[in-house]
Amino acid sequence: MSDKPILEVRHLSKNFDANGVLKDVSFAMKEGEVIVVVGPSGCGKSTLLRCINGLERPDGGEILLDGQRIDTGADLVQVRRQVGMVFQSYDLFPHMDVLGNLTLGPVQALKRPKPEVEAEAEQALARVGLAEKAKSLPRQLSGGQKQRVALVRAMLMHPRLLLLDEITAALDPEMVREVLNVVLDLAREGMTMLIVTHEMRFAEAVADRVLFLEGGLVLEEAPPKQFFHHPQTERAQQFLNTFEFDAVR
Amino acid sequence: MDMDFIQRFTPMYVKAAGLTLRIGAIGILLSLAVGALCCLARWYRVPVLKQIASAYIELARNTPLLVQLFFLYFGLPKVGVKLSAEACAITGLTFLGGAYMAEALRSGLEAVDRAQTESGMCIGLTPLQNMRFVILPQALATAVPAIGANAIFLIKETSVFSAVALADLMYVAKDLIGMYYKTDEALLMLTVAYLTLLLPVSIAFSLWERRLRYAGFGGSVQGQ
Amino acid sequence: MQDLAVLFKGNNLARLLGGLGVTLKLSLLSVALSVALGLIVGALMTLKNPVVRAFFRLWLETVRIVPQLVLLFLVYFGLAKAFNIQISGETAAVAVFTFWGAGEMGDLVRGAITSIPVHQRESSAALGLTRGQCWRFVLLPQAARRLVPQAINLATRMIKTTSLVMLIGVVEVLKVGSQIIDAARYDAPQAAVWIYAVVFFLYFLACWPISLVAGRLEKRWA
Repeated sequence: MSDKPILEVRHLSKNFDANGVLKDVSFAMKEGEVIVVVGPSGCGKSTLLRCINGLERPDGGEILLDGQRIDTGADLVQVRRQVGMVFQSYDLFPHMDVLGNLTLGPVQALKRPKPEVEAEAEQALARVGLAEKAKSLPRQLSGGQKQRVALVRAMLMHPRLLLLDEITAALDPEMVREVLNVVLDLAREGMTMLIVTHEMRFAEAVADRVLFLEGGLVLEEAPPKQFFHHPQTERAQQFLNTFEFDAVR
Repeated sequence: MDMDFIQRFTPMYVKAAGLTLRIGAIGILLSLAVGALCCLARWYRVPVLKQIASAYIELARNTPLLVQLFFLYFGLPKVGVKLSAEACAITGLTFLGGAYMAEALRSGLEAVDRAQTESGMCIGLTPLQNMRFVILPQALATAVPAIGANAIFLIKETSVFSAVALADLMYVAKDLIGMYYKTDEALLMLTVAYLTLLLPVSIAFSLWERRLRYAGFGGSVQGQ
Repeated sequence: MQDLAVLFKGNNLARLLGGLGVTLKLSLLSVALSVALGLIVGALMTLKNPVVRAFFRLWLETVRIVPQLVLLFLVYFGLAKAFNIQISGETAAVAVFTFWGAGEMGDLVRGAITSIPVHQRESSAALGLTRGQCWRFVLLPQAARRLVPQAINLATRMIKTTSLVMLIGVVEVLKVGSQIIDAARYDAPQAAVWIYAVVFFLYFLACWPISLVAGRLEKRWA
């Protein structure tokens, strides 16, 4: 772990977006760090992630990757080769088998030799328990399996930073675990990740730091123990309370 | 029914069917090319070309082929542009078909989920690679039924070429009716000829469409 | 360019517009009949009876595969010869276009009805709606949104296809155009290019607004 920040976000703002607005968001993350962003829906979490890999153009502020501005319409293709992203809806390519999905980026974008990438892809599939699915089509997989493939697809680009946007939100509860285990493994291996999630127990387990976003502002930034057990702001307390149920009788 | 008559003139129909098929095939291929160009000009919002493509599509889709043909064959020579009947037919068919193919391809492109494009971007593909490996294969799969319907439509439309003195199926039938008054036989052979031409095309496309559907191409894969 | 003036000579313009009137009259009549018949045909097409299905399937494939011009010839010349019935070109045209249009319209109606997901029917039943109420408040409004734009598109196709009736001797806009050109062959040799261009735009003016409406509705109701 070096002390130089891998990603720096300074006074980021984005208006009039369907997924919420960002007013003034600043934070920095170091190599190997895992930051979890939580907050009520419409608080701008997804917009933040989409701005970082250039799917949305910010209206103000700066985003730096390894000290370089990346929000100025610089070479977005180059940026995205270093910043991986996985979505809630998996978005595997339906017309290609699993192996085709995994190798497309490394072979076409990074121009790596196909046999080498295929070998690596098969190893990676085995590690997430999908060794026998290499030749399957996406529609033959369960949601949890699709999402694990999507994670492997992003990882095979060897990104400097991985963005995960509510990757378990569309999954049946029993499949959430198998996907989150993969993410926990990645964290253990030192992958730098910025994660948006509604799984609070998972957030507490995986995060080095938690950002609490509301109304487009960072209201709280704290280590997970402190945030989940002693939230400082009233809004964060209220937010965490929505995950509790009162007994009926 | 006069079987001798039918036998005697079958070769004429076969020859005419060959002409119909040849012009139809050339027209369909050129239509796909023109359609693809128009579709891409609009998809990538190329200035000027985009407007020209849109105007052309509206013009071609909202006017009959027969009128387009009369303009090309009887009108243009009067101002010094002389095209052979066959050239007129191919030009007219391409003018009409290009617009329909452009629309079929566009609806194919639009049916590809935006998230697919974003996914392609997220694994670092350039816009061109994204189009080639991710978007286009899915768009074409979705567009197959519409392209097939257009192909059949265009072959059917060739029947008006007899009006500009092209010796196609319709022309032969009209000739035989005029010369021998064998209306029943001439019309029967005409109908059979078109069925023989178009049934295989129709069946081939519906089989292809079914195969694509079972392969699970196109459509959204979101959710389950 | 001065040959365009032929258009304004005598009553030429009025005749051309009169021809357009014949075109529109034939197409509107055919469209109206096709829609009325198509609604019934479409409802019948949703039946599960294999004989009924095969019959309508055959009908639909026939009108889809046999060119309209061939159908026109079959009815206009074939009927006359086979049964010794002399029908006018206009009657033949309306009969053929209705035969074609009712099949196509029926398929659109069938598509619109079957496109509504089953659980729409189930959830209306769960709400306690009767069968009739379910159709009236839930199914038909959804089917109509899908059907109307497509039906309008079919109407523009019919207007365009009426240009074929000149080939069976009906005097409509294209025929009037060529008559005007023939009459002016010596004083205005270039008239052909202008008159046919005018006919081209007349068709465009008739069809384009209708296509625009269909496109709007499709977008709004998608």
